[in-house]
Amino acid sequence: MKKIDAENLGYRELNNLLHECHCDATVTNCLGQRFIAAGKSSYNYVIEGISGNALGAYLNGSTIRVNGNAQDAVGDTMNAGKIFINGNVGDAVGYAMRGGEIYVKGSAGYRAGIHMKAYKEKKPIMVIGGSAGSFLGEYQAGGLVVVLGLDKSKKHIVGNFPCTGMHGGKMFLRTAPDSVDFTGRVNVNHASKEDLEEIKPYISTFCKEFDVDESEVLNAEFTVVTPDTKNPYKQMYVAN
Amino acid sequence: MKLEGEVRIPSGCAISAVISKEGNLMTGESIIKSMIPMHDRSNGLGGGFAGYGIYPEYKDYYAFHIFYNDNISRNKCESFLKDSFEIVKAENIPIKKIPEITDVPLIWRYFVAPLASTLSRLQLDEKTYVARTVTKINNEINGAYVFSSGKNMGVFKAVGFPEDVGRFYRLDEYKGYSWTAHGRYPTNTPGWWGGAHPFALLDYSIVHNGEISSYDANRRFIEMFGYKCNLQTDTEVITYIIDYLVRRQGLTLEETANVIAAPFWSTIEKKKGFDKGKYTYLRTVFSSLLVTGPFSIVLGYEGGLMALNDRLKLRSMVVGEKDDKVYIASEEAAIRAMEPGATNIYAPAGGEAVIVNVKEGKF
Repeated sequence: MKKIDAENLGYRELNNLLHECHCDATVTNCLGQRFIAAGKSSYNYVIEGISGNALGAYLNGSTIRVNGNAQDAVGDTMNAGKIFINGNVGDAVGYAMRGGEIYVKGSAGYRAGIHMKAYKEKKPIMVIGGSAGSFLGEYQAGGLVVVLGLDKSKKHIVGNFPCTGMHGGKMFLRTAPDSVDFTGRVNVNHASKEDLEEIKPYISTFCKEFDVDESEVLNAEFTVVTPDTKNPYKQMYVAN
Repeated sequence: MKLEGEVRIPSGCAISAVISKEGNLMTGESIIKSMIPMHDRSNGLGGGFAGYGIYPEYKDYYAFHIFYNDNISRNKCESFLKDSFEIVKAENIPIKKIPEITDVPLIWRYFVAPLASTLSRLQLDEKTYVARTVTKINNEINGAYVFSSGKNMGVFKAVGFPEDVGRFYRLDEYKGYSWTAHGRYPTNTPGWWGGAHPFALLDYSIVHNGEISSYDANRRFIEMFGYKCNLQTDTEVITYIIDYLVRRQGLTLEETANVIAAPFWSTIEKKKGFDKGKYTYLRTVFSSLLVTGPFSIVLGYEGGLMALNDRLKLRSMVVGEKDDKVYIASEEAAIRAMEPGATNIYAPAGGEAVIVNVKEGKF
């Protein structure tokens, strides 16, 4: 694995080095460089330090591991591949992603999973180990969002107004259904055994990656949220 | 060329700040460093800094920093000042000529105190009189612009990238207990030095990242109280709102935050007891001072800093700490540039004010 020292490199220089090496690479001393590995289809990347905004934007198959916190818009419009963040992420993680998987060990800021979507065989997955900020899954149109609430220092698993504008996809929160205030336009239910089967493989990946006890994670109540198709977002603004 | 006030300037931006709770002094070097990883948040059309505790030898005097277009405007302004102020020192602000910063105006600094006779004749308290003088110079003396007017603090700003502006003003030669910084990204600007941030009145200074949509509603209200918004920048109106609420209305900083980033009615509805009454009162009485649209700001004042996001948190802001210091910035990378070992990194929620004060007697 090639080592690239990012100290004093601008984001263009750093991304050019990643692009030209055609190889797996570890980036050290990262400090806020944006668009790291944007659009990459192959190779594995490890980032040491603080990755800048839009890490793995348009990612198309590569795997990225960040040993540290990441900033805003991780995996923006991502299409395929995997991103593992061994820390916290800023706002709008997985913004409009339509494929691939994002795993965050810690907590996410506001608007995680905003406008996630799915298309044919494409189904994006996002697992957040800690808690999520307000507007989780805002305008969610597809895919799967899972929040585990493993950070016991946080009072709430999610901030205000989760699932606002949700009209597709599914969300799982590792908490009781009545512990969170949802909009009236989603169905909120206790997750059954069958429901949980769907997320088990991803929880397993999360636990292996971040060395978390899987049985402890699964041995808890989960809430599943889906859009209420009987009460859709229709004719709210215009008559169509 | 159209100056600010004649053309609308929406802006992006980067902000950063540091404060020592023990009042330990830091040079401006570290805050300049914090702006480097955020270089791409600015476009070279404005950068600036505010330092607190930097003029201990003149701490009882208001430090006026003034841009002049030429010596005619300088003479006019100085003769106006001499009428009602004791001027203990007048000098050029020291700069370093660098190729990155051009079209430099005359940049002067005055340490002044209002004459007691003037204050007693007008029956005004000192701060009100100084604030009125600043408004008067900025509105009535063509070619003169007071961009800093507090005690023991100073604003340094220019057209350029913030890290260059910091070198230009030789901020490594100043020592302060707190610093704020701003990098500007206006999409359309006449590139006027006065339009850079921080924007300051008395010891309040604001750095701001955002674009507020309530500007006109806020401006109409605040102009009823003698303020003149002549720059059409969001930051100017926020500075006046804070001066009005804190200095003139006597609100605490928390209450001020609850006015400008008030919770939604639906959120207030869920509160109980005293809190519910308080939020309802503040939103009702000062409804015209609710600031909507995206913003993250850092307010500097004598002895402290307050950081605040809009209630929807449409801009990023991160806080961290190490020993006696607290760091605030648009990006974690900026905090790490100042202090690689910063801990307790977190992003405050929308509308959640982060207030850090220097210990009493340490500044």
